[in-house]
Amino acid sequence: MRPIARLLLVPAVGSLFLWMIVPLAMTIYFSVIRYNLMEPGEHAFVGLENFRYFVTDPSFGTAIVNTLLLLGSVIAITVVLGVLIALLVNEPFPGQGIVRVLLISPFFVMPTVNALLWKHMMMNPIYGVLSQVWRAVGATPIDWLSDWPLLSVIIMVAWQWLPFAILIFITSLQGMNREQLEAARMDGATWLQQFRFLVLPHLARSIAVVVMIEMIFLLSVFAEISTTTAGGPGDASTNIAYLIFKQALLGFDVGVASAGALFAVLLANIAAAFLIRLVGKNMDR
Amino acid sequence: MAPEGRSDYFGAAVRRLRMDFTSETGLKVALAIRSVAAWFVALLLFFPILFMLVTSFKTELQAIAVPSVWLFTPTLDNYTHVQERSDYLLYAKNSLITSVVSTLVGLLIAAPAAYSMAFFPSKRTKGILMWMLSTKMMPAVGALVPVYVLAQGAHLLDTRFALIVVFMLSNLPLMVWMLYSHFKDIPPEILEAARMDGATLLSEFRHVILPLAMGGIASTGLLCLVLAWNEAFWSLNLTAANAGTLAALIASYSSPEGLFWSKLSAASVLAIAPIVVFGWFSQKQLVQGLTFGAVK
Amino acid sequence: MTRNTLPVLGLTLAVSLGVSAPLAANATDIVVATVNNGHMIEMQKLTHFFEQANPDIHVKWVTLEEGVLRQRATTDIATQGGQFDVMTIGMLETPIWGKKGWLQEIKPDAAYDIDDLLPAIRNGLSSGGKLYAAPFYGESSMLMYRKDLADKAGVKFGDRPTWDQVRDAAAKMGDPKNGVYGICLRGKPGWGDNMAFLTTLVNAFGGQWFDMSWKPQLESKPWHDAITFYVDLLKKSGPPGSSANSFNEILALYNEGKCGMWVDATIAASFITDPKQSKVADKVAFAQAPSQVTAKGANWLWAWALAVPASTKNAAAAQKFVNWATSKAYIQLVAKEEGWAHVPTGTRKSTYANADFQKAAVFAAAEKAAIDSANPLDSTLPKSPYTGVQFATIPEFQSIGVTVGQQMSAALAGKETVDAALKASQVAADREMKKAGYYK
Repeated sequence: MRPIARLLLVPAVGSLFLWMIVPLAMTIYFSVIRYNLMEPGEHAFVGLENFRYFVTDPSFGTAIVNTLLLLGSVIAITVVLGVLIALLVNEPFPGQGIVRVLLISPFFVMPTVNALLWKHMMMNPIYGVLSQVWRAVGATPIDWLSDWPLLSVIIMVAWQWLPFAILIFITSLQGMNREQLEAARMDGATWLQQFRFLVLPHLARSIAVVVMIEMIFLLSVFAEISTTTAGGPGDASTNIAYLIFKQALLGFDVGVASAGALFAVLLANIAAAFLIRLVGKNMDR
Repeated sequence: MAPEGRSDYFGAAVRRLRMDFTSETGLKVALAIRSVAAWFVALLLFFPILFMLVTSFKTELQAIAVPSVWLFTPTLDNYTHVQERSDYLLYAKNSLITSVVSTLVGLLIAAPAAYSMAFFPSKRTKGILMWMLSTKMMPAVGALVPVYVLAQGAHLLDTRFALIVVFMLSNLPLMVWMLYSHFKDIPPEILEAARMDGATLLSEFRHVILPLAMGGIASTGLLCLVLAWNEAFWSLNLTAANAGTLAALIASYSSPEGLFWSKLSAASVLAIAPIVVFGWFSQKQLVQGLTFGAVK
Repeated sequence: MTRNTLPVLGLTLAVSLGVSAPLAANATDIVVATVNNGHMIEMQKLTHFFEQANPDIHVKWVTLEEGVLRQRATTDIATQGGQFDVMTIGMLETPIWGKKGWLQEIKPDAAYDIDDLLPAIRNGLSSGGKLYAAPFYGESSMLMYRKDLADKAGVKFGDRPTWDQVRDAAAKMGDPKNGVYGICLRGKPGWGDNMAFLTTLVNAFGGQWFDMSWKPQLESKPWHDAITFYVDLLKKSGPPGSSANSFNEILALYNEGKCGMWVDATIAASFITDPKQSKVADKVAFAQAPSQVTAKGANWLWAWALAVPASTKNAAAAQKFVNWATSKAYIQLVAKEEGWAHVPTGTRKSTYANADFQKAAVFAAAEKAAIDSANPLDSTLPKSPYTGVQFATIPEFQSIGVTVGQQMSAALAGKETVDAALKASQVAADREMKKAGYYK
């Protein structure tokens, strides 16, 4: 069976390899030359100059911290709440189907619409829904985007990704071995014990999948940031992707943007290595 | 069907409060608590979308009113405006074709790969999985110029084909990961049994794995369909007048100078409506999923 | 499913796909990329008039949000992509791209009357005396205030008040406890968002972006005074959340009656005086944007214009379209179809001279005065090496503008002191200018 097994892998691995290698090679090339879209024809080799420029950006350190904060918070929120909610809706109850669709719906909304929705309808301190709720209980409305910019972005992104986690966990829970649970319950196991020793291990792999996939997407969040806070105030909500965006699409400096992109890949690899240590062993259980 | 009521987690938890939930009324109360909690959470998560839906039927003036207006005469003006102003059907068609085709082709490529790694794991399996994920580590915004130049050179700018290829390759790692995970959920004994009965590779896949993993395949397909549907970065940058998707429709509504909330809400509702409907139908698939009682 | 369903479905599918097939092969297709402002949407609606008059040309539209449009257009034109035959660009790009030879010069036809274009607008869209983009819509900035609140507070404005007067008026006109704020101003980071306004403020305080050797001047006295003034003013008399507010957010507030004064684009006037979307439509009055030590550069100048990229394959058709969309006849057409209150303004003298227009647009006189007084070639008190009123017409300006905008927004939100924000801005601007090679 071995050779067939390898053959089955070829289409996926082969196409991904091409997709990766060609843009990567071009990006590496662009990162060591001087290439600004506004000045075509000047492609002098500048060595590591672009990297130096990107790294010496005054917001570089903050951007890295913000990227990791965003990543960690959203993963934590979506995994924890995702597991709890999936457990909640796992057993039948009236309207289970509708509830599931409602729960998944935030994932269907386009990220830019999501950002506009939250910025204007929910978070605006004067006419947003949240401010009205705050006023209704007598408190001063929070100026979300000015005072808590990174938290606001985290809320928006977590809201969008929670359904993803819920869906994967629901599907995984469907496949749980009921008879094992039954047996455990009959033996007098409490809910907590059932959870710890039966449910959680079963979910371990899906949790690993959710963590790794979200990591990949969350590292390059920038639509929400550019629509709502434009990275500000100051650089409080700037992440690495936004820094690259500023260079690539506002400054049209493809050289520096490419250097930044390679940095982002480096950061992603570090984050991945760390997360693998955390959840990776569950992947091939 | 396995008796559901008895593996009622919440009932079990509340038992510790010394309420007798195994009685008829006890079970009903547990069910009631669970239902209320579930509905509450669902409505809380859904609220912003509900608000957007309601806003799509308001006039611009009503949309920005403080406090929010909940009782008003609904109007279809925004929807007709969207219809008049942009070629909704063209965008919807493009979105539909690019998402569906890229997802189907992706599944066709990912499933064998996931199968191979799940049931014939080797030392390299984890490495390959990690490598696949790493192809997504470069932020799209950094790879824009290389991909744009490539597409330009291949005369693929503003074509659906380019989008299908990009979406498929972007989602392929995810599909492989999720399918791998779902395939791994299938207990190997079942496959052993099938193989001992003399099943070939293809029939093993068709008759054993496919039915068992259908829930997983459906949810993977749905998620990747949504990701392709909502993909805005490549959709906006690689297309012009012919291959624009619904992301372009939405992008044309957030005006820098002028009120647009109710119109944008209407456009957004129109943009997500097809996918929500699809999601609702594929829900039934997800619910069926794996039931071991039935398998045995 | 009956046996007939499948063929019927197939037939329906084929028919619907066929119906959306492209037009006759001998028509030239031109692709027009545009921003989604109200006037552009109008132009889209009226395109069939153009196509009727020119049956061999078919127009396809790509409408995008401003930032995305600019990125798309720049990427396309810099890589000679040829994706668009007509692009909607602004005053920042036109002179730069025109000088590089990326745009075709606009060739007006006989009926065009190029001298009818407002001189300030025409200058802003030219390079070396040649017009590189035909103005479709122009705007300046002005002060729009609530007459009823001003009367109640006993405040009177001259033709062009000073910022000190505005500050005092805001304190008197505001009533924050009842949700009415003395003045609303932009704060969202962006070179075209808060920085557009702040640049005019700095100009009015006698400052400039770069001195004659291109060194950024962000820690100079005028900058310090202007930004300190701005932060104090909004802290005392502005609405909460200002540091995330741009045009649309303030428009919503103003229409709800929450702002006593607003200094922003002249097009705002058409929205806030429209009873269909504004609660205070009949209570608005206008004055020129405030000055302080000078009136130079106190109100900005911007135009959206149609340009033809040099790499287009349909130059003739594109030029025809550009001529049509920016002609006197087009304005008459809009007036006939939508009314004089909805014509694109800020481009031609003849529009303002028209009696019907003056009647329909109460802001016409103030708007024209504002546009006429803006001069992109001379907008700062000290001499500057750059053109442009609320921006510097250099390619580096966008990314410098965003970074400085972020800092200003932080100062406004109270996250940094004004001096710290200005220092960080100076460092950032200096970095970019050095990288671009303006000086070592």
